[in-house]
Amino acid sequence: MNRHLLSAADLDRDTATLILDTARGMAAAMTGREVRKLPTLRGRTVVNLFYEDSTRTRVSFEAAAKRLSADVVTFSAKGSSVSKGESLKDTALTLQAMGADAVVVRHSASGAPHRLTEWLDGSVVNAGDGTHEHPTQALLDAYTIRERMGRLEGLRVAIVGDVLHSRVARSNVHLLTTFGADVTLVAPPTLLPVGVTDWPVDVSYDLDGVLPKVDVVMMLRVQRERMNDSFFPSAREYSRRYGLDTARMARLPGEAIVMHPGPMIRGMEIAAEVADSARSVIVDQVANGVLVRMAVLYLLLSGEKGSMA
Amino acid sequence: MTGWLIKGASILGRERADVLVESGRITGMGADLAAGDATVVDADGQILLPGLVDLHTHLREPGREDAETVASGSRAAALGGFTAVCAMANTDPVADTAGVVEQVWSLGRDAGLVDVQPIGAVTVGLAGSQLAELGAMAASAAKVRIFSDDGHCVSDPRLMRRALEYVKAFDGVIAQHAEEPSLTAGAQMHEGAVSARLGLAGWPAVAEEAIIARDALLAGHVGSRLHVCHVSTAGSVEILRWAKSKGWRVTAEVCPHHLLLTDELAGSYDPVYKVNPPLRTADDVAALRQGLAEGIIDVVATDHAPHTLEDKECEWSAARPGMLGLQTALPIVIHTMVEPGALDWDGVAERMSRTPARIAGLTEHGRDPAVGGPANLTLVDPAARWTVVPSELAGPSRNTPYSGMTLPGVVTATFLHGRPTVLGGKLTESAS
Ligand SMILES: [Zn+2]
Repeated sequence: MNRHLLSAADLDRDTATLILDTARGMAAAMTGREVRKLPTLRGRTVVNLFYEDSTRTRVSFEAAAKRLSADVVTFSAKGSSVSKGESLKDTALTLQAMGADAVVVRHSASGAPHRLTEWLDGSVVNAGDGTHEHPTQALLDAYTIRERMGRLEGLRVAIVGDVLHSRVARSNVHLLTTFGADVTLVAPPTLLPVGVTDWPVDVSYDLDGVLPKVDVVMMLRVQRERMNDSFFPSAREYSRRYGLDTARMARLPGEAIVMHPGPMIRGMEIAAEVADSARSVIVDQVANGVLVRMAVLYLLLSGEKGSMA
Repeated sequence: MTGWLIKGASILGRERADVLVESGRITGMGADLAAGDATVVDADGQILLPGLVDLHTHLREPGREDAETVASGSRAAALGGFTAVCAMANTDPVADTAGVVEQVWSLGRDAGLVDVQPIGAVTVGLAGSQLAELGAMAASAAKVRIFSDDGHCVSDPRLMRRALEYVKAFDGVIAQHAEEPSLTAGAQMHEGAVSARLGLAGWPAVAEEAIIARDALLAGHVGSRLHVCHVSTAGSVEILRWAKSKGWRVTAEVCPHHLLLTDELAGSYDPVYKVNPPLRTADDVAALRQGLAEGIIDVVATDHAPHTLEDKECEWSAARPGMLGLQTALPIVIHTMVEPGALDWDGVAERMSRTPARIAGLTEHGRDPAVGGPANLTLVDPAARWTVVPSELAGPSRNTPYSGMTLPGVVTATFLHGRPTVLGGKLTESAS
């Protein structure tokens, strides 16, 4: 892998495995410590550049960088020059002048992290770009599945919901198939991209038919407002056909788990009882996010400059 | 100045002849003409074409002089071998009145490097709701014959029908930017496998094809002339083939970038590859080349669209669509059509000079070199190759998608009304 983490598609199986193993090593190194901090990235500067409000992801990256003793600077959409119309390029040049070793970027425009790499010498980590990708989310999902199920290869994973607009789905398709999982996308046809036929996945419109045959079901956030663009008739109909309620959850095989990248819309794509059930690993996902992001920052910034693996 | 003797060029790639140019006309053609007082232009091994005519140029003036002016665009046009360009109406203010089209026309005359033929807007402010004063623009000094809301589609079918009918009174033509807007809201690139991967909102081929089919039917129904701008899909070629088989008065253009580049280039997220209509697939490129070779597509037009650095050095979705095209159009056509044998030089003259001149009603352009005819001429060295360097292009903008590419064909001389605007591949003293 190269200097940056822009897409889960850039990770081969060995590199992705190294990241998950490193994350596990981080967990081990942290346990028993009084101060939950490792000295690994002392003196390095990590900038969090958040053009979209995402407290969850921002806090996770901040915690990851701080636990590695890096200096952390956060520019978020509110109250900094990024909200005042300064161009992405000018912001990049400012960060370059600051000597940022890594820039973690969240942006509403697909490809914004790719653009940043043209203007920055440091590493760029994609923390979610538009409807493109969110590779660290896929890594933490893979980590969570592996911790719970013991493996990834051969597992049957259903990804359910608004695949068309989901960066989480794109990254998960790349990463899970790289790990040898069998992925099925489940959505109304309107919420699948036209080009999905080229993806290495199965596609189904029938959630009830898929659920008995999966080990993992990953629910995606679905914005109610999509109904205004006729992606589906109403929130109620969406929820009836593609929401995961307790009756549907009962169709899952014994050990199957339920995931959600958050933030959830309870009652829309997932019922509260399901999110809080024993099958749900949603809380683990949040905790694992910090470990996986520590691993990514560590591998990008420590050791040989310019390589993760 | 007493004249020019273009010596030894191959006329439209056929016989070699000397061509004597005096007082704006061709006064002699034949073997071994005596130069007399005329200045000799050695054209050995070169091809002489009727001056190129572009049906689709964005000169940005008035309004965005930081991206291009009529003068700077005229320089690019002359260097590209053009003797006439049709200036699109989406300026600020919009060219939707006699006053604005006359302003653009006279700026073109002042620059004096290429005949600038303004295109008038179809609707007031390009808003798509009310017809602009088409008759007034036609009757103005600019003698507008092509009307277009380019950048926007005339999507209201009733308004499109009325526009098609109305311009019959002065032999006008509606040049349609075919894009059904409700199918392309927020669209960023061609909808297909690549857009699915990149997470960029898709611009489906059907949004173009549906409008072309509708407009061809309308043009057939009312017996009017329709010109389709920048055809970009294989399906559009099929619809045009069908419309022409009906005998309807439908013409179409293709842009050089759609003959060469594909949607895969969006993978860099570099907006230099963002254009409207978007780059399509390799299958579309092949169908467009075939359609152009057959004449289903009548014309190559540049859609030259200069943009400032700020409008391109940004996120893909924030960038303006469009590419520079005037200086690279002929080389791309040579590369994609002539060198593979799909088009000969007469075909180049037909697609890039005679037919566009006929559509635009430019009687002094698009005429093969002949004694007594106008001396609007382009001389090209087909064997020479050059590498595209953005900073070396004529205008203030740098948004060429061909940066670093080595292309065949150097325009060595351009003659406008008998006067060289380009000699030795450079703008002449008086021109620069
Ligand atoms: Zn257009």
